[in-house]
Amino acid sequence: MTARLRYAAIAVALLLLVTLPLWMGNSYYINIASQILLFAVFALALNVLVGYAGLVSLGHAGLFAVAGYSSALLLQAGFDHLIADSAAIVITLAASAIFAALALRSTGIGFLMITLALGQIVWGVAYRWASLTNGDNGVNVTTRPAPFGISLASAPSFYFATLLVFLLALITMAVFVRSPFGASLRGTRDQARRMTALGYNVWLIRFLAIVFSGFWTGVSGLLFIYYNQFVSPQVAALTASAEVLLMVISGGTATLFGPIVGAAIVVIMKNVVSAYIERWNLVLGVIFVVIISFMPEGLVPGSVRLARWLWQATRFRATAARPSEELKP
Amino acid sequence: MMSQITAAQAAILAINSLALGGLLFLLSSGFSLIFGLMRIPNLMHGSFFMLGAYLGVSLLDTGIVIGGTLLPNGLSLFGLTILEHGFTIPRITLVPQVPNIFLAALISGTIVAVIGGVIERFLLRRLEGQILPQVLLTLGFAFIIADICLMVWTGDPWQPSPPSELRGAAQAFGLFFPLYRLAILAVAVVIAIALWIMVDWTRLGAMIRAGVDDPPIARVVGIKVSRLFTLIFCLGAALAAFAGVIGAPYLSVYPGLDFEMLPLALIVVILGGAGSLLGTLVGSFIIGFLYNFGQARFPDLAYVILFLPMLLVLVARPQGLFGRNVA
Repeated sequence: MTARLRYAAIAVALLLLVTLPLWMGNSYYINIASQILLFAVFALALNVLVGYAGLVSLGHAGLFAVAGYSSALLLQAGFDHLIADSAAIVITLAASAIFAALALRSTGIGFLMITLALGQIVWGVAYRWASLTNGDNGVNVTTRPAPFGISLASAPSFYFATLLVFLLALITMAVFVRSPFGASLRGTRDQARRMTALGYNVWLIRFLAIVFSGFWTGVSGLLFIYYNQFVSPQVAALTASAEVLLMVISGGTATLFGPIVGAAIVVIMKNVVSAYIERWNLVLGVIFVVIISFMPEGLVPGSVRLARWLWQATRFRATAARPSEELKP
Repeated sequence: MMSQITAAQAAILAINSLALGGLLFLLSSGFSLIFGLMRIPNLMHGSFFMLGAYLGVSLLDTGIVIGGTLLPNGLSLFGLTILEHGFTIPRITLVPQVPNIFLAALISGTIVAVIGGVIERFLLRRLEGQILPQVLLTLGFAFIIADICLMVWTGDPWQPSPPSELRGAAQAFGLFFPLYRLAILAVAVVIAIALWIMVDWTRLGAMIRAGVDDPPIARVVGIKVSRLFTLIFCLGAALAAFAGVIGAPYLSVYPGLDFEMLPLALIVVILGGAGSLLGTLVGSFIIGFLYNFGQARFPDLAYVILFLPMLLVLVARPQGLFGRNVA
């Protein structure tokens, strides 16, 4: 794709997003669009680790829940939105730093297992420490904030607020990817030892990446509780971590737009599937297995490759190439 | 939130801790061997435990039966009826009812071993050496198994009663000890000894240790590492399912048990060190005691307390108490 075509595509997408509530009258669909955008922020945040740092976290729903619960509980205690949300972000940053300090004792599988365990701790607190978190009953968030006097109670106004945050996140990510810090993070992913030899502090780079990812995870967590006006231990469950990981890998890791496409696919699929059968977890599991087994490079590039392969296989049966066996993550 | 514990309560808690430790050892030893040997964090391990437990419950109850009325509400898509309601297929008894829980545990272990073996051989095998896809594949299957169990066994908890001869309590020092929990511990100890003999004293064990220490060299000296992988994977699955069944009268079986047990196995392995049986044994009993005493003294935080030793070990000794290679 040439640069000009790319800019044109982005401009069209932006125009469609900004005008979405106008041509999509039904507030049900506007709400789904808000969901997609807030999960896209979450997926973008996780992609910093999975895609650019090569660190797979299965505990990110824990950080998401830390932000959500902190804000919800502070709101319940009577603080106003600005204070509750700022405090929630600070708490999430602190939690990310703790996650990072512990999980970075290891890389690869070890990192994944430690983040999984840390995520389960958050779930355990949310579920079992009923006197603090109200256990399985969750915490209600009675009002949405009204920044500068603009109420976010209606579906379109909340959509615009989410879109604004989403665009901010996207711009930050674009800057981050092109920045020297982004380059050094990719360096630690590909050649950690060489980076060390070159004098980079690999540990610190990874640590900062986790905190950066934690920040946007926290922001998406806040959007989530305002969207649902409710938070429960389900938010911190392993399923939630797995879902957002699916968003990242289904769209294609280490790309700017992959996680957004992935978020759209997963949210739409979840809403469509839930309307017909109640077995979302089964479907989620099957999608995982199918993606891993047949299109490990991601749902979008994978479908294109499979379609091309099928087309070729029917045309030149004798010379049909086998699908690539390179199943690199 | 805090409550004092009397000596009598402490004794009962200790027995419970030992029983839970035994179950955790059965669950985690397979996880640890799979992780140590194949470098796969098998996120299906909790699912094997739960699936095994459910199969065991069914074996004790009616035997394993397939068929009956499927789709009681029919199947319709987009308002279009595809299958009428009450679609039935003949009932076939695959495995008849068994009277004894230990026999049920053996049969259930065998079934789950076969399931695990098939997944390993046909799907995991194709992803050798690729950590992320392996993790996601096992996670995907964990969700699938969880949902299938929910469909088949519904959301209600099941708790089989222990065998009649183990139902009472033994009296010693003026205290009563539930017999079945002692039996769980005894079975776990026997299996631990058997595993230790297998790993430390047999040719197979030598091959496993070689595989854990250095897979490429193990291959070079002619060990069929690939066959070993399948064997260990099946063994791990069988042990988890076995533990699920014999643990069912104690822990009961309910949806979500899988993802409650999986982190426990993770902690045990992080604590003990991957691929080390001794480490798994020590880790299991630490967690067993911490869980029961934590539950009694800080009920709200019991689950969180479990993770503290893991954090300490990670900070002080990332390879685990008895681990040799860093994970």
